Amino acid sequence: MAVLEVEGLARHYGEREALRGVSLSLGAGETLVVFGPNGAGKSTLLRVLATLLRPHAGTVRVLGSSLPEDAWSVRGRIGLLGHEPLLYRELTARENLRFHARLHGVPDARVELLLSAVAMSARADEPLRALSRGMVQRVAVARAVLHEPELLLLDEPNANLDPVAVELMEPLIGAASGCTRVICSHDPSGGLAEADLVLGLRAGRTAMARAAADVDSAAIAELYR
Amino acid sequence: MKAEVDAPPRVKAPADVSAVDGPAPADASARTPRGPGIGVTVGALLRKELLVELRTLESVPGMALFAVTTFVVFHFALNRDTIDGDEAAGILWVTLLFAAILGVNRLFVADADQGGFDGFLLAPVNRTAMFVSKALALLAYLVVLELVAVPAFSLLLLGPSLAQAFPGLLAVLLLGDIGVAVIGTLVAALAVRTRARDLLGPLLALPLLVPVVIGCARASSPLLSIAHATGPPARWLLSLGLYDLVFGLIAFALFDFLLED
Repeated sequence: MAVLEVEGLARHYGEREALRGVSLSLGAGETLVVFGPNGAGKSTLLRVLATLLRPHAGTVRVLGSSLPEDAWSVRGRIGLLGHEPLLYRELTARENLRFHARLHGVPDARVELLLSAVAMSARADEPLRALSRGMVQRVAVARAVLHEPELLLLDEPNANLDPVAVELMEPLIGAASGCTRVICSHDPSGGLAEADLVLGLRAGRTAMARAAADVDSAAIAELYR
Repeated sequence: MKAEVDAPPRVKAPADVSAVDGPAPADASARTPRGPGIGVTVGALLRKELLVELRTLESVPGMALFAVTTFVVFHFALNRDTIDGDEAAGILWVTLLFAAILGVNRLFVADADQGGFDGFLLAPVNRTAMFVSKALALLAYLVVLELVAVPAFSLLLLGPSLAQAFPGLLAVLLLGDIGVAVIGTLVAALAVRTRARDLLGPLLALPLLVPVVIGCARASSPLLSIAHATGPPARWLLSLGLYDLVFGLIAFALFDFLLED
């Protein structure tokens, strides 16, 4: 069964078209990597798939449910890691994760497990504003996978992470997570290594949609010219 | 152009955090599949709300300071040692209203600026929980405000004894606070996603809160007069209660739509 089925998706902000005519299909356990220059519509695509933005045209089915009509039925099955960590700066990492755990009906034991998995147990009681951006990103990863989502939507997930942290995150948001993933990336080689499918966006339109095996770094670089 | 799936989906190992970090908790399977009940959600949101306010002190101290400063200004501007009756009730409630607006304007700012809305919207929870928790938080801020402002008002301006007025005044304060909390939360949610939220919030809130202020002032006036009444006029209490109820229902019906894209 396709986890994502998108056909002719359009979304605009006022007069500006952020997405137009985007179509894709993604099976369970597969990874779609989305490339494109700044403003191409990558983040908008993720927010539509996450049910946070309504599609203005086209059909969108996520985990078998049509958006926006049945959005309620897929909330709690999606993990979103965007540019914003979706965490409160004045709360500690532990307080933030416990807050989200309550909202998802997840036991506190999983919070401790994830704090340890992202190597943040020692700093878990410091307010987020006192942590580096990389540390906040680790907590954001823990927040995104807290409820064991089936679909991960990741917008440049390795931003601000050092190489050790990237390895730490692998079991949570990498291929080993077993989740179906949509990843926005600007890193051709790293992105292609993760991808089963590649979607290239330019000015909100599909510029490339192929199996990853048929794409090389030069083709990705071409998207940015 | 449609992305084609050329190869069959790969079979991958399930998520296994335990490989990194020891065994998974025994009760992991006990998570609620459809999300928590509204009580748990309200509790979590309210706790977060109060924790953020305690750490930042962005709302309540400002509200209290504004109210006390206003009473001091009135004390000198009126050039009178004491006031009572309609005058006292009017000054008390208009001051409380403007102080409350400061809290209303800050109510959703942390959520809008730090992604709290998105985090909440991604959870499988009843969205009314956010309205209830925000209204309860604002109610708590108003109670703290009044714990400071009402004694200060008595000290700086009020002629008759506050002790005699207090039991009746408590009922008026409670109904007034509920009205301000309900309407303030609704308006704050409406304004926070606009660019002119600092202006739009008060512009929308003040006209809607005028009936609350009128009702509270009329109900308080006999209590704050020299020959003070034994209790507030029942018709004004009833009007306030009805106004609170109507806006509570309006908020219940509209709030989900305010959170939608």
